[in-house]
Amino acid sequence: MPLSTQPPASGEPYVLSASLDNARHLSSLLKAVHFQDHATCFATANGLRVTVEDAKCIQANAFIQAEIFQEFAVQEESVTFRINLSVLLDCLTIFGTSSLPGTSTALRMCYCGYGHPLVLFLEEGGVVTVCKINTQEPEELLDFDFCSTKVVNKIILQSEGLREAFAELDMTSEVLQITMSPDKPYFRLSTFGNAGSAHLDYPRDSDLMEAFHCNQTQTNRYKISLLKPSTKALALSCKVSIRTDSQGFLSLQYMIRNEDGQICFVEYYCCPDEDITEAEL
Amino acid sequence: IVNTIAKLAKTCTLRLTVSRLYFILSDKAANGGISMWCELCQGNFFDEFQMEGVAAEHNEIYLELVPENLSRALKTAQNAKAVKIKLTNKHCPCLRVAVELPSLSSSSRIVTHDIPVGVIPRRLWNDFREPSVPDFDVSIYLPVLKTMKSVVERMKNLSNSLVIEANLSGEMNLKIETDLVSVTTHFKDLGNPPWASEDGCQSSAQDRDLESMAEARIDIKKLQQLLAGQQVNPTKALCS
Repeated sequence: MPLSTQPPASGEPYVLSASLDNARHLSSLLKAVHFQDHATCFATANGLRVTVEDAKCIQANAFIQAEIFQEFAVQEESVTFRINLSVLLDCLTIFGTSSLPGTSTALRMCYCGYGHPLVLFLEEGGVVTVCKINTQEPEELLDFDFCSTKVVNKIILQSEGLREAFAELDMTSEVLQITMSPDKPYFRLSTFGNAGSAHLDYPRDSDLMEAFHCNQTQTNRYKISLLKPSTKALALSCKVSIRTDSQGFLSLQYMIRNEDGQICFVEYYCCPDEDITEAEL
Repeated sequence: IVNTIAKLAKTCTLRLTVSRLYFILSDKAANGGISMWCELCQGNFFDEFQMEGVAAEHNEIYLELVPENLSRALKTAQNAKAVKIKLTNKHCPCLRVAVELPSLSSSSRIVTHDIPVGVIPRRLWNDFREPSVPDFDVSIYLPVLKTMKSVVERMKNLSNSLVIEANLSGEMNLKIETDLVSVTTHFKDLGNPPWASEDGCQSSAQDRDLESMAEARIDIKKLQQLLAGQQVNPTKALCS
């Protein structure tokens, strides 16, 4: 049910305005990157990108293309603001999180620009909720400079293969070690916890392997506590691409299909754990 | 009903008269709390009802009990053939709940729960008078409780107190406002109950502008507790 477009009383035009028939299309994606209270939102004519960072080592991005929205208009070239993601999610799910068949919350999102709050209109079953969330100065975001040309190893796996592995990761281990190689063990996940070390191997000819492009044997370690939030994205996704570059930076790209069959992406970038040098491995 | 009460308080008062049962909660907390007055017609629940009060001119019994105990006893009675409740005084006063359960053999099983109760002496009976409905500005029917529960639960994450406002045109709003965010939920077409005019109070309600809102600020945690405890499905719930 479309909510009426009413320009604000002050007469200022909206810099960003968007409508979505089912707010879950947005809230479920944002939950997949919700591991910090604050997020930076970046909107262009192409759509919305929401970025969350931690410890200068990990960055998660959720991309919601303009096509997912019933209406998406950006008046300037790009609009950026920082917002409390926990509050935003509480507002988007104000009518509850259980997805009853047939009921959905309609959303209209409006932003007048720098200094103004993000205004959300949510409607379900004739009840309307209006939320005004204060926005903040956007902060400098890390630029991982992860470009496709510098990728050394790349694997695309069906998510169901990784879900159990990630859910059962030994959290007493400080690191998750990822080995990718053109030779055995091809793709190996390792943990080193209190009970001992655990290795999980995926052969290159496995049914779950959709693409395997490994050029060089690489073993990198990443702080497991930083990667744990990515399991939320993994749980929603149907496919995941795992890429590493020459410096050992990790890119995890999750392809997520929403209730209406539309595709969105969530990406996690992670720096290798610098405490362990190659010499020790 | 007992389950709802059990969620609200640890102890409550049960008052028995010839024709009615009353569950009474008076939360005397200084900073505001939930108080409750529940009046039930015994004919709606019991096939047989016998009681004898303290004396002929005060034919009533007041008991203090832990509703959680009664609620647990009644749980075994979900598939029962019959339930008998007796007030006994063996070693100490108890409500004896005897539940007759169906069983595969011809003789049926009886499960008995003894719930200790405290008898409240007559001199304290005045503490438990029916509260008078305060003079209200607006009375309105509540929206679907499920929606209200979800909204209040989310608002609880965002703020400590919320404002309820309502008017005589069937509109009700729930509002919170903090440094970070302000959220307002608008309910419409709720309907306002008609109140029988007693001493001209009807006319004062009619003088009131239909659109103007009356508001009250309350602690969200307490409201959420109240809503979460609702096990009874009301045909109508009123808020004044």
